[in-house]
Amino acid sequence: MPAILLGGVVFGFGLGLSQMYRPEVVLRFLRLSDLGLLLVMGGASVVAGVVFAVGSRTDRTAPLTGREFGKRVKSMDRNVLLGGGVFGVGWGISGICPGAAYASLGVGNVTILYAVVGMFAGAYLQGYLRSETSAAEQTAEEPA
Amino acid sequence: MVFETLFPNGWVHYLLGGLLIGAGTAIIYLSTGIIAGASTFLESTLSYVSAKSRFQQYRFRASRDWRVVFTLGIVLGGAAYGLTFGEFGWTTDVQWWRLLVGGLFVGVGTRLGKGCTSGHGVCGVGSLSETSLLNVATFVGVAVGTAQIVAALGVTP
Repeated sequence: MPAILLGGVVFGFGLGLSQMYRPEVVLRFLRLSDLGLLLVMGGASVVAGVVFAVGSRTDRTAPLTGREFGKRVKSMDRNVLLGGGVFGVGWGISGICPGAAYASLGVGNVTILYAVVGMFAGAYLQGYLRSETSAAEQTAEEPA
Repeated sequence: MVFETLFPNGWVHYLLGGLLIGAGTAIIYLSTGIIAGASTFLESTLSYVSAKSRFQQYRFRASRDWRVVFTLGIVLGGAAYGLTFGEFGWTTDVQWWRLLVGGLFVGVGTRLGKGCTSGHGVCGVGSLSETSLLNVATFVGVAVGTAQIVAALGVTP
């Protein structure tokens, strides 16, 4: 847990230094008038990529948890594109994404609570609807 | 100069910030093997309060405690940045309804699409996952289009 806390602090500090905690800066990128976000995402994913690549090639396991070092590979389906599209609409309207919103709150940007409330409401709505759908599917699958 | 046109506000802090975000991910990965994204926190935290089957999946219940700690870390990191560089207490001028409505879409979208800018954009791209590359291409493209439309409608800030 201390390692996760430390990692989170460095992560949040990075979101501060990169100015991604300001929706204005993200929106400037999305209007293509300042491409800084490319360097942020590029720099972060290269570091993560090198570490994941090295980690997943060793036979060792993580020192604190004994977990195997793997990569983040998720299965492809329609929802990945649909969700990406919906996320894109939200990001384009607000200039805010989850990690940046938490960091922004830390900087003292209380106005960002609107976005945090919105994100929780959206995640709840999504989970609620999918719980209902899967319950309906299970009922339908049961023999009459 | 081209560089100044593309990055009118400088580029060093963007790159350093990105490297630190990557370093935060690396600290967690190298010590615990966990690949941390920021958006699953929303669903896993809802598992504390909602009995809905979607939120009560094992993967959310099992990870919810460390996700709270990770998010708390991000908040503290933001505070440390703000206090160090004298930006503490800054608030956005983006209108509240944009944050609320945009947040709602972001909440639905990240959960439906299995990740956000840090999960897909940093960790997934870092893993060269095709799913993540497609997701990132989709959300960046749609977001650029949306932001252009919002700006064209004259909504500022």
